[in-house]
Amino acid sequence: MIWAIIIGMSIVTIVPRIIPVFLVDKASYPSWINRWLDAIPYAALGALIFPGIMTVIPDQPVIGLIGGVMAIVIAFFEVNVIFAVIGAIVTVYLLTM
Amino acid sequence: MQANSAENTTKLSSELSAAIKSGLAKGFPICLGYIPIAIAYGVLAAQSMTLFQLTAMSVLVFAGASQFMGAKMIGAGNGLVEIVVATFVLNFRHFVMSLSFMNKARPVPFSWKVPLSLGLTDETFAVSSLHGEEAKKPYGKVFFATLMLLAYSAWVGGSFVGGLLGELIPEQLSQSMNIALYAMFIGLLVPSVKKEWRVGLIAIISMIINYALITLNMAEGWAIVLSTIIGGSLGIFLLKGDDDK
Repeated sequence: MIWAIIIGMSIVTIVPRIIPVFLVDKASYPSWINRWLDAIPYAALGALIFPGIMTVIPDQPVIGLIGGVMAIVIAFFEVNVIFAVIGAIVTVYLLTM
Repeated sequence: MQANSAENTTKLSSELSAAIKSGLAKGFPICLGYIPIAIAYGVLAAQSMTLFQLTAMSVLVFAGASQFMGAKMIGAGNGLVEIVVATFVLNFRHFVMSLSFMNKARPVPFSWKVPLSLGLTDETFAVSSLHGEEAKKPYGKVFFATLMLLAYSAWVGGSFVGGLLGELIPEQLSQSMNIALYAMFIGLLVPSVKKEWRVGLIAIISMIINYALITLNMAEGWAIVLSTIIGGSLGIFLLKGDDDK
């Protein structure tokens, strides 16, 4: 049964990823659709960050937010992304001590 | 003639190694975020699955949030249909992301796009898209493949290790690592916003829509899909075309 679940999960995660390969290969889109698709990464980033970031420490949403602010501050200096990641981890670590 | 072709070969091989190096460098923050989460997944999944099964799930599914949910639902005794439908809902956002990525990756050969599409996750999509200019380079396909394979190895390897000996990782450290991927998303977004403030507006509106939908008790999967599509539609009015960017 578990194997059937794993294979079922595999199929429903593969299909949405792979269909666009065929959709985009054929068609050429008008420029407004291209602008829409170009904006998708930024909209997705927004939705992936918030409100999820408040669940980092589930019962203390503010800790995730402070970690996020630290990441914003570090990222503002346009250093490698890894510094924002490490800075946020250290911030959360210190706040939960 | 001969010298010329040798020169071309050297130039291409240096571009190839540059693509691999760049893929490893850009993929490294994803690894750092994936390993602790994969270990946590392995620990959780080991309660309801064998080590072989939980690692196979990482190999075949490669979707963090879905796998956590799947492992929990298997543990709670849910049936096949319920789990598969819930996975589909949670992962449907990758359809929208893949559409956006494939549009950007038009110069990449078709035979590469199929395997690349299977490597798309929230994280590999975000990093690949924000380095979309790579698609136009001769070895852009190698850049994307390297970063995805690196992320994939970290995910599969981390799951295995978690299933094997996960409970040895101190709780406070693994809890702190929960912020890693959020920080990476922020680290990707902020420099883009500095270059073009409209991009920040799109992200913030998408956040607000997502927050509103989740507050209204919409399933997380649909909320992310809808806020991504609606937020992205602002790009029609806010963004300039690719040519004059």
